[in-house]
Amino acid sequence: MSFRDGQELFADVDLGREKFLNRVFHAVLVAASLFGFVMLVLLILDVVWEAYQGLTVFQIDPVQFLTQPSSSRAERAGFGASIVASLWLMVLTAALAFFIAVGCAVYLVEYASRNRVTRLIEANLANLAGVPSIVYGLLVLALIVNDAGLGSVILAGAIALALLIVPIIIVASIESLRAVPSSVRDGSYAMGATKWQTIRRVVLPQAMPGILTGTILALARAIGETAPLIMVGTMLHATRYPDGPLSSFSAMPTQIYNWTYQADRMFNGLAALGIVVLLAFLVAMYVIAGYLRKKYEADASLTNV
Amino acid sequence: MSTDTKSGPGISGDDTLEDAHKSNDRVRRIFFACATITVVTTVAIFLVLFDNAASYFFGARLSEVLLSGDTFSRTVSFTEFFTGTRWAPDHSTPAHGVLPIVWGTLAITIGAGLVSIPIGTATALYLSEYASTGTRNKLKPVLEVLAGIPTIVYGYFAVSFLTPVLVGGIATNVINPAGGLLDSISHLAPFVLDPAAEWMMGVRVGRYSLLAGVLVVGTMTIPMVSSISEDAMQAVPDELRNGAYALGATKYQVSIRIVLPAAVSGIFASYILALSRAIGETMAVTLAAGFNANLTANPFAEIMTMTAYLVSMARGTSAVGTVEYQSLFAVGLLLFLMTLTMNLLNDRLKQRFQEEYR
Repeated sequence: MSFRDGQELFADVDLGREKFLNRVFHAVLVAASLFGFVMLVLLILDVVWEAYQGLTVFQIDPVQFLTQPSSSRAERAGFGASIVASLWLMVLTAALAFFIAVGCAVYLVEYASRNRVTRLIEANLANLAGVPSIVYGLLVLALIVNDAGLGSVILAGAIALALLIVPIIIVASIESLRAVPSSVRDGSYAMGATKWQTIRRVVLPQAMPGILTGTILALARAIGETAPLIMVGTMLHATRYPDGPLSSFSAMPTQIYNWTYQADRMFNGLAALGIVVLLAFLVAMYVIAGYLRKKYEADASLTNV
Repeated sequence: MSTDTKSGPGISGDDTLEDAHKSNDRVRRIFFACATITVVTTVAIFLVLFDNAASYFFGARLSEVLLSGDTFSRTVSFTEFFTGTRWAPDHSTPAHGVLPIVWGTLAITIGAGLVSIPIGTATALYLSEYASTGTRNKLKPVLEVLAGIPTIVYGYFAVSFLTPVLVGGIATNVINPAGGLLDSISHLAPFVLDPAAEWMMGVRVGRYSLLAGVLVVGTMTIPMVSSISEDAMQAVPDELRNGAYALGATKYQVSIRIVLPAAVSGIFASYILALSRAIGETMAVTLAAGFNANLTANPFAEIMTMTAYLVSMARGTSAVGTVEYQSLFAVGLLLFLMTLTMNLLNDRLKQRFQEEYR
């Protein structure tokens, strides 16, 4: 049968409608996909515009903004104390969350046998990751701030944030521990190493870049987290620099919230500038995490050869 | 640590075998303790919320009753809590009906779902079936950035742009002209037309609105729907697609009749995750939708969600032992139970989705 015959055979089949539907559907999908992009562009433009307004119309001095503590008077308000408070929170949160999370991940990947307890721990992890962040704030408010009498201090905030990101670090750590090939472990055992020696000197060093990437991404989540800190209790204006884990505070996101809430337009400019600083921190953390991940991927491809 | 000796290049160091096994055992216990901390956290959330919520309903905390012999007395009845339509525990004439703020949370969740579910699914289909590799590589980072932006920034976006420009613009330019007509007939059927009339005419947009809350929460949950749905669609074996293409199907037919049905449980899991996130969402909702516990579906009205109530009470730093402080935990417990239900449902669906194509 020649090609021409075949065309004539299907000459009465009209695919116009199907093709038209396909094109319409394609256009709808493109339009829907662009929605997120448009909102993102609007959001960035809005923040940049308000920050620009703050710098020009309200004459906010960038140096004063970055170094001074906040104030109830907009002309005097700065972001310095909040930045320092957020750095304190990051350090404490990382210290509290990292070892517990990695320990849990190592247990689940290297030690745990398939039994009821393991399944319970795993199911519980999935649940914890879905608990609203504000609930962690409530937990710390009742247990640490009031019952234990610690008060609304940086350490209490860090505990809430640590509880929040432990499940995130665990999931990332489990993934990178599982990525370590079992042949490497077998090699270590064959040399007569115990389980702990194998984990400490063979498995963990190989998995560490992935674990660190996950930790940094989790900290990036924590640094922008507002609700748990508000529940723990923060100052309305971070009017002085925190002098340690036990001083009251207002971190970057909570200060931005309190500024956004003020009626005075100048505070909105301050909040926009604060958001720019917060986003700069986030970008820096993502860049570091991306760098680590890239290096890790290069290393992994070498070991797999 | 006993293994930290000046060892040579070997792995086993200078330990005797016995020492090594002993530290091995100790380490195992430490790691197990780390793992149990996560379970302890969940138990602590349950206990603390129940314990403190008890003082809201019964006038004494469970721990106080058990340890120091306090007695229960009814303060807020469950009937009032679950059926009352006014929520003002801190008011001088207090009212303890939780319905308005539960409604606020549901309104935001449903509205956000109406935004994020269609758009997220469409984005996932586009990424999975239509987009070229180049487009994918451009669009996926945009979604990741959307997911990574702190919720407080979305809140600021709502206050400084969405509400005054977009929602305000819709209210004055699109809705208002219809007001006159509805006005004349609204008295005929207060229960049918009033909500509609209010919907049409209550358009004085203040600093907060339900619509702005719906838009920001919808936008921020798009990445959850799209990324998980796309994973599910990618997991559909190519044989199914190729079979359909061989029968002459277009991409549209393959997407709708092959990919969507095959990936359905994963897609539903992503919906539930997004809705669960919307229920627990706090800062964006608080800044976008406001602090006024209204039982209304008017998208231009200010409402209050459960999370917004928690934030507003914490802002006033209510003292321990007051009704406001106790109500935090009653609302928090309700919120926790709602998200817990969603998470368990999600777990079920995920298991099914993993079983399907393995």
